[in-house]
Amino acid sequence: MAGQASSAADVQPSQRWIPWMLMVPGIVWLTVFFAIPMFSMGKLSLENGGFSNYRNAFSDYRELIPRTFGYALAATVICILLGYPLAYVIAMRGGRRKNLLLALVVLPFFTTYLIRAISWRILLGDRGPVTRVLHSLHIIGQNTSIVGTAPAVIGALSYNFLPFMVLPIYVSLEKIDRKLLEVGPDLYASGWRTFRKVTLPLSLPGLFAGSLLTFIPASGDFINVEFVGSDAQRMIGNVVANNFVKEQFRPGLSALSFVLMAIILLGVLLYARLLGTEELV
Amino acid sequence: MNTQRRWVSRLLDGYAALVLIFLFIPIGLMVVFSFNQPRGQRNYEWNHFSLNAWKDPFKYPELKRALLKSLEVGAIVTVLAGCLGTLMALALVKYRFRGKGFINTIIVLPLTMPEVVMGFSLLTLFVNLRWETGFWTIVVAHVMFCVSYVATTVKARIRGFDWRLEEAAADLGAGPVRTFLRVTFPIIAPGVFAAALLTFALSLDDFTITYFNSGRVRTFPVEVFTQKRSRVPAQINVFGTMILLAATVIAVSGVLIERRRQRERV
Repeated sequence: MAGQASSAADVQPSQRWIPWMLMVPGIVWLTVFFAIPMFSMGKLSLENGGFSNYRNAFSDYRELIPRTFGYALAATVICILLGYPLAYVIAMRGGRRKNLLLALVVLPFFTTYLIRAISWRILLGDRGPVTRVLHSLHIIGQNTSIVGTAPAVIGALSYNFLPFMVLPIYVSLEKIDRKLLEVGPDLYASGWRTFRKVTLPLSLPGLFAGSLLTFIPASGDFINVEFVGSDAQRMIGNVVANNFVKEQFRPGLSALSFVLMAIILLGVLLYARLLGTEELV
Repeated sequence: MNTQRRWVSRLLDGYAALVLIFLFIPIGLMVVFSFNQPRGQRNYEWNHFSLNAWKDPFKYPELKRALLKSLEVGAIVTVLAGCLGTLMALALVKYRFRGKGFINTIIVLPLTMPEVVMGFSLLTLFVNLRWETGFWTIVVAHVMFCVSYVATTVKARIRGFDWRLEEAAADLGAGPVRTFLRVTFPIIAPGVFAAALLTFALSLDDFTITYFNSGRVRTFPVEVFTQKRSRVPAQINVFGTMILLAATVIAVSGVLIERRRQRERV
């Protein structure tokens, strides 16, 4: 770090404007098209009824809000269960094939999001492979569909955000000094104990970042419900995307969007506290 | 290493392999179903093998038009976001100044916001400004979320470089243009190139933000989504497979080029 810091030039007082000149176009763009829209949406959320828009967001969508975050949470947990071991094996036991394995994790996501959603529709369709296997094993009834159920939506969400979980965890595991891990067995600690006391705590920053990168987009998603869900699985994103064209709905949808953001923020803060990674926020 | 631990390791390897296979199942289906002759309008169920979609990938003019539109948007966005993001990265890495932390936060924020919210809030701005949504609002929206990726990627690649080389070039009599072309650009080029590829891919892939701000213009993902109600032809899978192949070729050649560079350095 020290070497990196010293490579940055100390600017003469008369040249302080140089970095700002370089940044102005980008900052202006982000301010006008990212920050100001938040204000215009905030203003809109108070039109046609003021604060009652927020009250209505909660009362009209009493089931929608817990469902949305329930799905996002479930997908995040599944991503941890699938992604952590994968990241662990690549980082600790990948050897020379590390980069190849990482490339394989990312490669499926070079296809378009919508095409992956179509593939999930094929995978879970009534004559698709998963339904057939479950039918023949009598796990689900002959006339039961998987499409249009909560597990279908949660499965698709988990799949689409899995690499966002794997990559940050991999990065934090990779950084761990291997000598620390050799100390454990020398002190007669079991492999599990070494993992719990050394590896896991040191990988928490990656786990935290990965969870956010999964949870946030999953809670705003609406494409997966469109392809493998039904009205019964509607999420907040579906309500916004299906109604934004109609002008009279926009104030209510603005309020709903703020509710979505507020709950995400709350969840992130709680999670940071739970993991003890407050300094990351 | 005792036998118990060896078993645990093997189990872990097996589990990781299964997860990796899971990642590829939908992709495999996408490729397989590009060779399907769908019975109805939607390519969701296997009927029988056929090369029809591959023989005539541009059968549906709307899909072709949308794909070209996506490439057009992607090219413009890559140039614009590439310039804006690279300049920001240069400022953040090369100079020390007050307010750096604040700028870094602004750059990261768009990456932590659900796309629905970004897309919808941007639409409310366009409505306020009375800008009709269409081609240019798509470009504006894409540049907005790509700038952050470019700045982050370029920053990571050029950190730790010794910028005194620029001064050395100036001391040896090179003008600012020459210094930039001969010293600065070669340093930042790999990072900028990586960021440009990422931007192009992100722009091509984006559906959610585009959906809110595209008006009557349709990019490839928007067209696929709009048609979904009436038909999902196998041609979509053909395009998906081609995009995957192109990405693989680019990624592999990128790795090979990087390797050769490293060997030359040694």
